[in-house]
Amino acid sequence: MAVPLPSEEAKASVGVSVPRREGHDKVTGRARYTDDLEFPDAWRGKTVRSTIPRGKLKSLTLDPAFDWAQVVVVTAADVPGENVVQLIKDDQPALAEREIHHREEPLALIAGPDRDTLEAAARHVRIEYQSLDPVLHLEHATRELARVDIDKGDVDHALQEADTIVEREFRAGHQEQLYIEPQGAIAVPSDDGGITIYGSLQCPYYVHKAVVRALGLPDDRVVVVPAEVGGAFGGKEEYPSLVAIHAALLAVKAKRPVRLVYERHEDIAATTKRHPAVVRHRTGVTKDGTLVAQDIEFVLDGGAYCTLSPVVLSRGAIHAAGPYSCPNVRIRARALATNTPPNGAFRGFGAPQSQFAAELMVEHVAEALGMSSIDLRREWMLRVGDTTATSQQLNESVGTELVLDAALQNAPPVAVPSAPNLRHGRGVSLVYHGSGFTGSGEKYLASTVAIECTAEREFRVLTSQTEMGQGTNTILSQIAANALGVPYETVTVAPQDTSIVPNSGPTVASRTVMVVGALLADAARELRDKLTTERPPMRVDKTYVQPEWIQWDDERYHGDAYPAFAFQCTVADVQVDLDTGEVRVTNLVAALDPGRAIHPVMAEGQVEGGVLQAVGYATLEEMKMEDGGFVNDRLATYIIPTSLDAPKIKTVLVENPYSGGPFGAKGIGEIPMDGPAPAVMAAIHDATGIWLDELPATPEKLLVALST
Amino acid sequence: MIAFKVNGVRVSIDAPGARRLLDVLREELGMTGTKEGCGEGECGACSVLIDGEVVNSCLVAVGQVEECALETVEGLARDGELTAIQQTFIDYGAAQCGICTPGMLMAAHALLQRNPTPSETDVRMAIGGNLCRCTGYTKIIEAILACRTRAS
Repeated sequence: MAVPLPSEEAKASVGVSVPRREGHDKVTGRARYTDDLEFPDAWRGKTVRSTIPRGKLKSLTLDPAFDWAQVVVVTAADVPGENVVQLIKDDQPALAEREIHHREEPLALIAGPDRDTLEAAARHVRIEYQSLDPVLHLEHATRELARVDIDKGDVDHALQEADTIVEREFRAGHQEQLYIEPQGAIAVPSDDGGITIYGSLQCPYYVHKAVVRALGLPDDRVVVVPAEVGGAFGGKEEYPSLVAIHAALLAVKAKRPVRLVYERHEDIAATTKRHPAVVRHRTGVTKDGTLVAQDIEFVLDGGAYCTLSPVVLSRGAIHAAGPYSCPNVRIRARALATNTPPNGAFRGFGAPQSQFAAELMVEHVAEALGMSSIDLRREWMLRVGDTTATSQQLNESVGTELVLDAALQNAPPVAVPSAPNLRHGRGVSLVYHGSGFTGSGEKYLASTVAIECTAEREFRVLTSQTEMGQGTNTILSQIAANALGVPYETVTVAPQDTSIVPNSGPTVASRTVMVVGALLADAARELRDKLTTERPPMRVDKTYVQPEWIQWDDERYHGDAYPAFAFQCTVADVQVDLDTGEVRVTNLVAALDPGRAIHPVMAEGQVEGGVLQAVGYATLEEMKMEDGGFVNDRLATYIIPTSLDAPKIKTVLVENPYSGGPFGAKGIGEIPMDGPAPAVMAAIHDATGIWLDELPATPEKLLVALST
Repeated sequence: MIAFKVNGVRVSIDAPGARRLLDVLREELGMTGTKEGCGEGECGACSVLIDGEVVNSCLVAVGQVEECALETVEGLARDGELTAIQQTFIDYGAAQCGICTPGMLMAAHALLQRNPTPSETDVRMAIGGNLCRCTGYTKIIEAILACRTRAS
């Protein structure tokens, strides 16, 4: 095919729902996920975990009744580098040495030729513990993993002046990401002592850094290659570092490739979850409904190790006041440690918990004032020129009113009950979500992207942004094609192999389109300009420089937390069965301001998928814990929505461009998760008169509330 | 030896009869299009058709499929030509991460074989055993319903 020269006339691909890059492979079964990759002489790996939530490891011995020559065993003593899982703090070991802090703590690893041998070996590992009293509930937790304080104005004074003060406490439990492809990595040792990791992961360079450190290898001896990723949702942000280290340790000792793929029950039992939260609000208003003070306490259960808790807490805290303009705000946020499996990244990253509380708080204040909560939102909501809780002035692309109007206009009439035991109700929520790393985060990250043009004038995008279903391969191609002025079909995306692509940062935080996409568009424009005077091949690398206007004070948590925010209004309709306490979300409208939708169908797909995860969070998904472990660690017992549980979802994209985003786009990966839970809880109140301030609204909780 | 047909091709497998059909497909026959999501029949990622019926291949012992006709995702496209359901999955954005897609396609294919004009409720019922965590099912349902229109 003749490749045209870049030109302004080339058909625009941004805003067009072009075919997904890897779509054909995904519908024919040719897409290769981690466990599909073949390594003929590979062994399988297995993790031996603690069975107590807290204590000391007295001894770990191998029962001579088993023939240990058939397998290799790795313990902490075999870790050649530092025995840590590289992340924010160095508190989590790759394998426990002496201290056990949670029930799924990895103690040893085994690799063998087949599953049966592995199982037999694992049954012959003898472990002696000295148990210690565990801290299993947030109520008893005292050890602080992180804290964030946000102050604006004078809350105490404002509360004294307020006509009405409403106080309320909200709770949310664990939520499992439940990507359908479990965690997995394959480590392949090379003759030169290096190692290549193939895995299901979001952040190739996180895994690279972690493996380099734990294996004690030079940077260039470790290569990380994401396979096709079967869903992640944050669950494959930090946890794959541990899986990759484990696979690498086994592969080095076994001197052959080792495949470490979790079974579902191990994945649910051991991997990170959304943090349980307790949120307390005191809100002061005047008689006419003017918002004068928000006093918020936000507490997260971090689990046994720090993982990403400080940043989850930070994002949750920054969003805790909701998308409202209030002159006096105090937010006190803490993440505390318990002897439970560590919690970590999950789509929304603290904001679903904190905005669930903020949105139900609007409902409670409206009820106290005898006002409509929609009118109150119109009164309070952020508009251009207003300042957020961190005193960030919003100067453009503030879509609160647009999304509220669009959602209400698109909502169908509320259903009429069809049986005496059924009640119908409607709830509304309004949320926002910042795109990109918080504050100075992107400055420190200093992402680099590259774009190259071959002698044949074929273009290739080089970033470390992984494709995990959200459409990165397609969308980055569209952005590059548009900026170059060439057809979408002429741009390809390089595999996110750390030996090939530069580090453009992790695929998290609603940052890929807005931050990496903008950087890529810049690089593409520069390449286009160079092509007018120079002959290819050529390549342009571009490193992120934070715009001057972004001012952030890390100490005071004050200033421009995010370059831009996406906004969403959700209208949820529910049907409550008074006899069974069952809640069905029957219909849901989500109106979203994405800035600009690069690929409208994929943008809708992000909204629909995130919204259903949030409906699950509101109604079905509950991790039950006993003695520091999850009881319902199977898909038969941890219930996520099926096609029969899913409401009809209508997505309305209300474009409202942001000048700093590529072609006006902001990040929308996470915001769909933030709004539906409070809308569903408000709808349950509308249907029954009951306020459940605790997620999820299970039939058990609702029946108790209905009977009192 | 256990003999059966996969996508029209006769195969003979030397395996214990209790071995999971899923493992035989993936490990013996190298057909990795069929996925494992839970290993206990809850997620549907391993859905294949046995004599036209949707089953979770993680719960089927290979000894049970003797002389049966199996269909997997690899058999949907003919001579490189996508079937209607595969094409609408691409067009409607029904495949995101794609790990549920092979099983979802097989469930949809079986539905359309026995009922070329399903209602939305029929579609929701037919894929009720196939979990998807990415799409909220909206675009999957649209893609299947679009095949109904094309068929009629």
